Amino acid sequence: MDVEILSRIQFAFTVAFHYIYPPLSIGLGLLMVIMEGTYLRTKDPIYHTMARFWTKIFALTFGIGVATGIVMEFEFGTNWATYSRYVGDIFGSALAAEGIFAFALESGFLGILLFGWNRVSPLVHFISTVGVFLGSMFSAVWIVIANSWQQTPAGYHIVGEGVEARAEITDFWAMVFNPSSVDRLTHVWIGAFLAGAFLVLSVHAYYLLRDRHVEISRRAFKIALGVAIVASLSQLLTGHSSAEGVAENQPAKLAALEGHYEADGAADMYILGWVDQEKEEVTGIKVPGGLSFLLHQDFEAPVTGLDAFAPEDRPSQVNAVFQFYHLMVAIGMFLIVLSLYAGFLWWRGRLFQQRWLLWTFVFAVILPQLANQFGWFAAEMGRQPWVVYGLLRTSDALSKAVTANQVLFSLIMFTIIYSILFALFIYLLTKKIKHGPDDAELIDKRPRQKEMIDILKTQ
Amino acid sequence: MAMATFLGIDYPTLWFLVVGGVLSGYAILDGFDLGAGAWHLFLKKEQSRRIALNAIGPVWDGNEVWLVIGGGALFAGFPIMYATLFSAMYIPFMLFLAFLILRAVSIEFRSKEPMLWWRQMWDVLYSVSSGLLAFLLGVVLGNVLQGMPLDQDYEFVGNWLMFLNPYALLTGATSLALFMMHGAIYLIMKTEGRLYVKMTILLKRAIIAFVVLFSLVSLYTLIYIPHLSDDFKAHPALFIVPVLAFLAIANIPRLASKRKYKFAFFFSSLTVSLLFMLVAIELYPVLLLSTLDPANSITVHNSASSEKSLGIMLLFAAIGTPLVLSYTFFVYKTFWGKVMLDETSY
Ligand code: HDD
Ligand code: HEM
Ligand code: HEM
Repeated sequence: MDVEILSRIQFAFTVAFHYIYPPLSIGLGLLMVIMEGTYLRTKDPIYHTMARFWTKIFALTFGIGVATGIVMEFEFGTNWATYSRYVGDIFGSALAAEGIFAFALESGFLGILLFGWNRVSPLVHFISTVGVFLGSMFSAVWIVIANSWQQTPAGYHIVGEGVEARAEITDFWAMVFNPSSVDRLTHVWIGAFLAGAFLVLSVHAYYLLRDRHVEISRRAFKIALGVAIVASLSQLLTGHSSAEGVAENQPAKLAALEGHYEADGAADMYILGWVDQEKEEVTGIKVPGGLSFLLHQDFEAPVTGLDAFAPEDRPSQVNAVFQFYHLMVAIGMFLIVLSLYAGFLWWRGRLFQQRWLLWTFVFAVILPQLANQFGWFAAEMGRQPWVVYGLLRTSDALSKAVTANQVLFSLIMFTIIYSILFALFIYLLTKKIKHGPDDAELIDKRPRQKEMIDILKTQ
Repeated sequence: MAMATFLGIDYPTLWFLVVGGVLSGYAILDGFDLGAGAWHLFLKKEQSRRIALNAIGPVWDGNEVWLVIGGGALFAGFPIMYATLFSAMYIPFMLFLAFLILRAVSIEFRSKEPMLWWRQMWDVLYSVSSGLLAFLLGVVLGNVLQGMPLDQDYEFVGNWLMFLNPYALLTGATSLALFMMHGAIYLIMKTEGRLYVKMTILLKRAIIAFVVLFSLVSLYTLIYIPHLSDDFKAHPALFIVPVLAFLAIANIPRLASKRKYKFAFFFSSLTVSLLFMLVAIELYPVLLLSTLDPANSITVHNSASSEKSLGIMLLFAAIGTPLVLSYTFFVYKTFWGKVMLDETSY
């Protein structure tokens, strides 16, 4: 295998692994803010216990998110040196802003969030929780802006030629608000809220089924369900808006998402399907003219198809892009139905009566995770063969100083380390969940510190 | 075209100072927790190990952010340097990442289970990876100081094993000793009783090791890498920096013997930043010398981002720095004083 394919595999693997954790941190952050805020408002200790329990799980996802995130930042330089030189001028300011405004904020307050329960007042603690949550939201802002710029470049000009060519910034705000950043940012945020909400739903549904921590679980379940209902519905809107943006700015990607080949004809929308790239055909269940209708409110309206592009300018894995996209949308629809149905039962006062529904929630935790991954795979594979859409090809973006063996070495290394990491994550997560919230003892822990000091002194 | 300046300094040079400042901030902050980690296996008692771990517990993650910001700042301001350095030193950086992850994981996981083998396994991993990280940082620095073979596109054209050369190994050992000295002082400040006494003894050894290694590096640099002293010969006034560094180092054992550890910590932090200044002066305006042809060297000016981009980032830095400093200060204040273990501890 050559450097290009190995580097692509390594990048996709490490970023996909990273992306398991940030959505959980962002989503849990939102729920922790709500839980702790409710505690401050009602002074009911049950919300305090709830917030503390979820903070422990948050610590786990956050820690792994940070460790795997640093890998991502270095990888631009190690594996994509040509790309880094090309985009540095633009991309750099986004990454620098991320570091200064986002990571510093979240990691700064994290210490107080995790270790400060007995040291600062409840209000200061709440402010720290909000700080960590906002920090994680900001990190998403800058990194998604940087990625959106490479999907739909704006506010730049090219200087130099050949290997010397680089993009330089001409208009900062045009770069920040490039055509896709707002749609994609909101879509990514809400995807993260869904990931967090469904984790909370899953764990508390499990407790309810096992008859443990019943009181706390009922309340936590309702909070998370509220978030899930709002988020799953909004996700449809932001997703639709993204699709319209893709149609306008990245027509080859849109054509790949729906497997639409005909250069200039009406486009169908598939519920399910399989793309045969050789024959340029899709077989499956479709709404004839559906895509034309969604984009132009007209079943006959022409949509640019893949045939309008030279073969070397089309995504190489059309079927994969198609499948990832359709799986994401299918999951999105399922989440809407599931949370609306549960919301309906809640309204009727019968929320916790159906065991099968609780079991569905126990397992539904995996779905937003999958949708998040599939969404990125569709977006990034649909952008191929470009690293920077229309400007720089992936095959030109590599590090020339790096050999295939070196990348193979690091790829194997990451595979081993990440497998161990993932196993430990699952193990500790299960352990924390089995232990559960400490709702039996809702007492102040302050005196223990003094005892500890006394013990240390007498040693 | 006139170059934009601020206080008479051009933007690329300003950004060079920013990157240097962030990296030396990183070395001061993560330096003490890497150093504390490297000592971990020297502590034998479970209770001591826990206290040592919790001494860095609330802050190590925040300290690491400086690395992220430094990396981002280098990418943003000097994309060519970032790209060339990181791809040239592929293997050391990959190992660095691996140890970074393993270290974070060990801190996180060690106290999650009570079994002896479990804790010992993470203790070894934690201590070894902390030490190797400190060492690798020095190795990278040593290579940057020496320069490497670069072609006219600023691409590295050497052998990937070149990073393991005597000078770089020596700078690696020096940075390990420096961080261990720095970390020992930090632990002394954060502990009491037996652990405190033990660390004061270990500190003495660290100081000796650092002074010996540092003298060796200085000699080696003067003899074998003469181009690094060019700037000093041209501007003798700059000699003030190595003189101050020397004084700061000499002050550490003096204050330690008087048990003024807070001041000693201040001076070991000062030593780190003075050493960074020394490096900055030695390098400027070259960032990475090409050993093939000096014309292929990467400099502060030929690798910098556009003035527009640098201007925006300088603005960010001006707004962000007070913010970052204020909540860093707040966190340190909250956890000020000797370590106390409670149910939220590692
Ligand atoms: C700011 C930049 C950025 C951001 C935020 C992301 N990516 Fe990306 N991605 C890239 C920048 C990038 C890239 C450096 O531009 C790559 C490397 C090779 C390529 O073609 O694009 C890439 C490739 C790439 C590929 C391989 C595509 C292929 O080779 O066919 C996958 C599957 C992903 N990414 C997935 C993700 C996921 C799951 C992300 C969510 C965290 C993500 N990307 C965020
Ligand atoms: C290639 C793309 C990416 C890079 C280079 C990257 C870089 C990083 C880095 C360096 C860290 C560690 C920061 C620290 O020390 O605190 C980190 C953590 C984090 N990243 Fe990423 N990241 C990428 C993709 C994303 C995306 C797409 C999101 C959000 C949607 C995201 C959200 C976060 C969050 C919230 C954290 C904090 C840790 C956590 O919550 O798990 N990252 N990332
Ligand atoms: C409900 C119907 C949905 C629609 C119509 C939709 C639509 C889209 C489209 C068109 C893209 C590609 C955007 C681009 O390439 O610029 C995308 C990407 C993405 N989707 Fe969805 N989506 C839906 C549901 C979901 C759900 C439920 C999740 C997660 C829980 C999700 C997570 C993502 C992510 C993480 C990306 C990649 C980031 C991005 O490009 O915005 N989507 N989605």
